[in-house]
Amino acid sequence: MAKELRLMKGNEAIAEAAIRAGADGYFGYPITPQSEVLEYLMAQKPYERTGMVVLQAESEVAAINMVYGGAACGKKVMTSSSSPGISLKQEGISYMAGAELPCLILNVVRGGPGLGTIQPSQSDYNQSVKGGGHGDYKLVVLAPASVQEMYDFVEKGFALSFKYRTPCLVLADGIIGQMMEKVELSDEKPRWTQEEVIKNSPWATTGKTANRERNIITSLNLESSVQEEHNIHLQKKYKKMEEDVMCEELNCDDAEYLFVAFGSASRICQKAMDVARAKGIKVGLVRPITLSPFPNKILRKYADKVKGMLSVEMNAGQMVEDIRLATQFRTKVEHFGRMGGIIPTPSEVVQALEQKIIGG
Amino acid sequence: MTEEIIIAGFGGQGVLSMGKILAYSGIMQDQEVSWMPSYGPEMRGGTANVTVILSDERISSPVINEFDTAIILNQQSMDKFEKSVKPGGLLLYDPNGITKHPTRKDIQIYQVEAAEESAKTESGKTFNMIVLGAFLKLKPIVKMDNVIKGLKKSLPTRHHNLIPINEQAITKGMEVVKKYS
Amino acid sequence: MAELTFDQIAKEENLVYKKTSLLTDKAMSYCPGCGHGTAHRILMEVIDEMGYQDKTIGVAPVGCSVLAYEFMNIDVQQAAHGRAPALATAIKRLNPNHFVFTYQGDGDLAAIGTAETIHSINRGENFLIVFINNGIYGMTGGQMAPTTLPNMKASTCPYGRDTSIMGNPLKITELIATLPGAYYVTRQSVHTPAAVRKAKKALKNAFDYQLNRKLGTCFVEIVSNCNSGWKMTPVQANKWMEENMFPFYPLGDIKVPQ
Repeated sequence: MAKELRLMKGNEAIAEAAIRAGADGYFGYPITPQSEVLEYLMAQKPYERTGMVVLQAESEVAAINMVYGGAACGKKVMTSSSSPGISLKQEGISYMAGAELPCLILNVVRGGPGLGTIQPSQSDYNQSVKGGGHGDYKLVVLAPASVQEMYDFVEKGFALSFKYRTPCLVLADGIIGQMMEKVELSDEKPRWTQEEVIKNSPWATTGKTANRERNIITSLNLESSVQEEHNIHLQKKYKKMEEDVMCEELNCDDAEYLFVAFGSASRICQKAMDVARAKGIKVGLVRPITLSPFPNKILRKYADKVKGMLSVEMNAGQMVEDIRLATQFRTKVEHFGRMGGIIPTPSEVVQALEQKIIGG
Repeated sequence: MTEEIIIAGFGGQGVLSMGKILAYSGIMQDQEVSWMPSYGPEMRGGTANVTVILSDERISSPVINEFDTAIILNQQSMDKFEKSVKPGGLLLYDPNGITKHPTRKDIQIYQVEAAEESAKTESGKTFNMIVLGAFLKLKPIVKMDNVIKGLKKSLPTRHHNLIPINEQAITKGMEVVKKYS
Repeated sequence: MAELTFDQIAKEENLVYKKTSLLTDKAMSYCPGCGHGTAHRILMEVIDEMGYQDKTIGVAPVGCSVLAYEFMNIDVQQAAHGRAPALATAIKRLNPNHFVFTYQGDGDLAAIGTAETIHSINRGENFLIVFINNGIYGMTGGQMAPTTLPNMKASTCPYGRDTSIMGNPLKITELIATLPGAYYVTRQSVHTPAAVRKAKKALKNAFDYQLNRKLGTCFVEIVSNCNSGWKMTPVQANKWMEENMFPFYPLGDIKVPQ
């Protein structure tokens, strides 16, 4: 069969992917620049065809708690929002991490703090990879750099999320959400039957039958010793996640310098890399695809090979800290970024490389 | 081949949909494409612009500050983007409403009287397709039959009866485009 | 007369009451005299008698009944404070053949969770909300609740609720009865055997209605006591409830199916 190609916005691609991945439910609340996710799903009406539930909740808080309720039933459920809305969801995300519930959360990041701007930003990096809500926890965090990846990361994200029983956050931004690119669509997969749900998630609240104990979904442990045991279990799980690190390395073999960038900043760096190489600067690009787990080993490998790394981020310098930890200060690591919804230009990036790394 | 284009004008002129048709036409001939709009409150009646890139290779940055072609449809956009055309590049504009015409000497500058031509038609809604026709005359980066396929993909099925009108408008644009300097 | 031994008493023919198997053997953590235990019991009895154990999913709140799942032998999800109706919305929509209920106190339902309460009912979500109203935050030590009566004392209104400063008690049940999505709204109590029987009947009605899909939300308020928070003996608390709570929160059906 010929592959199905479509020109889609990132926000539309993730919605279409949800239907085709056999998602059971989407619960959202409008906020720029991601409202197209809910709009697209409502226009497609998957509830009439696949039975996928699509609901506009009364708030981001309600939406994430609907996701909690659905996930606790073993269903493939998701939500999406943008920065201020994701802040509101943090309590629910923390509860889901504590109760070990899988789900998919999309953050189409806009500039902050506060109401900030509706323009693209990467200033929610720390919130995404360091937990975000209260308590010791980590999410699986995927950073798409194209509309195709927005599409592909739905199925990937659900798979990782169920594998580790922890929420998966797709960290996009206004560029990836609003931009249209060519997307190759996959065939539609049916939703899990109730038998499959019970088989895949025997822990889920599906109704207590005579042949099993009751299933309880909770994040509450009043006994400190029980809570600590739970914490140790979670930490082991987060450690194990490192086997699923994903990272793209471009032009790194002969590189004397590296750009390190994720998401749309990595696209700008690709252009900057071409510009720099045309000037004779041997620069490569390391693009973390999983921001959590972070590609520590890959960056450590390059720490002894290159003369310096420039972390290019659309924020005040957040991932740069993780790069410095990963490279153990064995090479020079600096940050270049723009804030407030300003997108750095490729020429600015090259200039920053020359000034902060090569000349600095 | 890589062609980096900015299309800029008022919201409501069909800037975004023209870019979408162009991008879809690229897909129809197996190219990589990106379509990056300005978005936000300015969509509502203010200025709107979209960056469209068509390429035979993987597209790096969808956001760029220099363009092979600038298609300019109002004065604000002229003020903003005339300087962003690469030397040797193309600036195509509709002189309707333009008070300060472009002055650069190192680029190709063409005009298309799209608003005027569109007003002559029965529907009066083919402005952006006339502009697209003018562009494709100057830079035939996508084949006409791929544009028609792109139109079919971008328009909802209920509007497919409008495809002949759009095709005529593209042809009209090809006829009326003229060199400015 | 010789004393009867336990074995002599505990015989099948002497059995007058048997705990439902849908209550676990865990000793309840509620204070002696509290209405929660009775409310739990009749809710589990209804599910047991209807044979719905394998089809029921409950949602526990934050509050005294945060540990409700310890005592109920069914699948239960524990919700963040106030969010139980959001969880229940998704549970029911994704499992339309299951019976879904939330069990919430006044702080959870009528303060922090007001938005979720109103919007889920306004959408006519097809589940049951059991609302325990004792006019106080019991778990955290007796603070003022949205339903604390005027002049009633609580640890955060130690001189009594001054409505000019602290606002008025919220009659959330009357409020939600006005919503088109509310199908069955009733106010009950569990402080006397007769009241318990009526409350249990109300819960049974709610499950019957849920069996018939898409009718709307059923809402059973149980006006209850909090002798610890109210600083009274259980007997005093029940008397105080009859004299003060019932006039403000009158028992009976508020909205019944036509």
